Amino acid sequence: MEHLYEILKQVDGFIYPNEIVLQWGILIVLYPYITGLVAGAFILASLERVFKVKVLRPTYHLALLTALAFLIVAGLPLISHLGHPFRAYEILMTPHFSSAMAIFGFVYLWYLMVVLLLELWFDYRRDLVIWSQQAKGFKRRIYKILTLGVTDLSPKALAWDEKLGYIVTVIGIPSAFLLHGYVGFIFGSIKANPWWSSVMMPVIFLLSAMVSGIALVMFLYMIISWIRKVEIDMACLDEIGKFLFMVLILDFTLESLDQVHRIYEAEESFEILHMLVTGKLTYTLFIFQGLLGTIIPILTLGFFRLYLPKEKLRKPLYFLASCLVLFGVFFMRWNVVIGGQLFSKSFLGFTSFKLGMVGLEGFWMALVWMILPFLILSFILWLVPPWKKQQEETVP
Amino acid sequence: MGNEKLNASRRNFIRKSALLAGTFMASSAVKPFSAILFAANEPGKTEPWYAIGIDIEKCIGCGNCAKACKSENDVPKDPFYYRSWVEQYAIKNDGTMSVVSPNGGIDGFTQTVPDDEIYKTFFVPKMCNQCYKSPCVQVCPVGATFVSPEGVVLVDEKYCMGCSYCVQACPYGCRYLHPEKKTADKCTLCYHRLKKGLKPACFEVCPTGARIYGDLHDENDELHNFLKDHNTQVLKPHLNTGSKLFYNGLSSEVR
Repeated sequence: MEHLYEILKQVDGFIYPNEIVLQWGILIVLYPYITGLVAGAFILASLERVFKVKVLRPTYHLALLTALAFLIVAGLPLISHLGHPFRAYEILMTPHFSSAMAIFGFVYLWYLMVVLLLELWFDYRRDLVIWSQQAKGFKRRIYKILTLGVTDLSPKALAWDEKLGYIVTVIGIPSAFLLHGYVGFIFGSIKANPWWSSVMMPVIFLLSAMVSGIALVMFLYMIISWIRKVEIDMACLDEIGKFLFMVLILDFTLESLDQVHRIYEAEESFEILHMLVTGKLTYTLFIFQGLLGTIIPILTLGFFRLYLPKEKLRKPLYFLASCLVLFGVFFMRWNVVIGGQLFSKSFLGFTSFKLGMVGLEGFWMALVWMILPFLILSFILWLVPPWKKQQEETVP
Repeated sequence: MGNEKLNASRRNFIRKSALLAGTFMASSAVKPFSAILFAANEPGKTEPWYAIGIDIEKCIGCGNCAKACKSENDVPKDPFYYRSWVEQYAIKNDGTMSVVSPNGGIDGFTQTVPDDEIYKTFFVPKMCNQCYKSPCVQVCPVGATFVSPEGVVLVDEKYCMGCSYCVQACPYGCRYLHPEKKTADKCTLCYHRLKKGLKPACFEVCPTGARIYGDLHDENDELHNFLKDHNTQVLKPHLNTGSKLFYNGLSSEVR
């Protein structure tokens, strides 16, 4: 409670007295961030599978496994943030269908169970069967369980794996769009909050999700290649860079359109939002999200469209661009979630937000939630390494 | 030949238009278009349908309402949680404005703007607007917050999971997360008192009778006359929340 008295002293202008407490902290910033990484990574994977961008093959499985590792964690910060985390199951038992949040549990489970796990299973079934025969001890048992008892490796069965996996991926694309567009709608549908309430919100969330997911796979591909001491497939990296550039441009355009529209219409909330972006959000919006997270990566990747420098220069620049994009999208979520709560709904003043270091809502805990998916990914990569998969006949 | 073709297409056009018009008329018979907009509630209901009237011209800013609310409803005493509070507006001669609500007005007010700078000043008591199209009810993911048959918005604290989505959705800042119960909390219009035929605490203690509540369905009700005699306004009408808190003398500066 002490910190609230501190914040009370820092209130700027007039805010409704219940608004001193900021309801959603850094954990709710992480939730759309992590969910976005999932959706983005999956969409990158589907580019290879459905849209036949074969040059992306080296990152296909990595993208899917990344999506899985992050999806496992996606809901956890959200649940741990609840006043009563043990009542979270009620959202599945008795969902209130007029609530944008109520359907999240179902969308999440649909995506996890029907799309991701199923697709990976069809993809890995043959390898799981082979590994379950080759491996020993604990690993062997796990592989056996993961085959779910389906050990048929006849060409006909493998063809079915391929066919069904493809169908799931096709279903997966709208599902990934749904997953993250939906997260945007949770914010965009709050008419009480003019910073959130925008029909563009789901689209912006989706595009920034794609941006961050693609950047994450790019980042991981480079790191993992470095750890495994293997050559990076530059054609693949260039292609990812190309897609990242295109989606970044789209994302930037639509986010700008949203702001231009706000500025031009200049509704009742205009003055307070203007003060918000030029005051409390100056650094996180203009410098972190805008300059570092968007403009510099766009210029770098755009430059590569005109002139492709040597590998030696391209690699660190791709690496830098992916890091900057990941950093920028995090602050995009920050600006939405925290920014939307800093100004009063009376439009007459501001409260402030101070991120504590310790506690369930603190910086260290947020860092744990952010590191956890990487640990899960390491485990998954150890268990089912994509680079040890059988060469598929279809891919020469 | 050409004429025949033209006639055929004309016939088709007439046939299609007739079909469209017929469908439209038939469907309008199922649910006829009504040009009557209801003001605060759907007509035809018989049970009580509670609403609130606040006369800003009568409010003296004593803060008794906010104080009584905290004691009656076990609202945490810290200055971050309120079911009911009072705001003091002071519009200055230069067009600027000062709005304050120290401790929700519980300890009363002192005017911070010098007298000669004041253009006009007034108090605005605030509480849950008991909206009948409430955004807070709409967004609750588990249905823990609901509208009672009498039109009072309530929270089931045994069911609420404390996600704070309703706090975000309330345009009037009337909700908070109870620091001990960890569930959403808000004005219940003293539902426990209403059910016993008693007035809500804030209405009971108002020394000037600035607050009235009543049944919108009862034509002999005090509130009915209040709404008839005054040109009242709700807060943020453009948000279409169906607010049932009607203010008399609401200045356009008030948010």
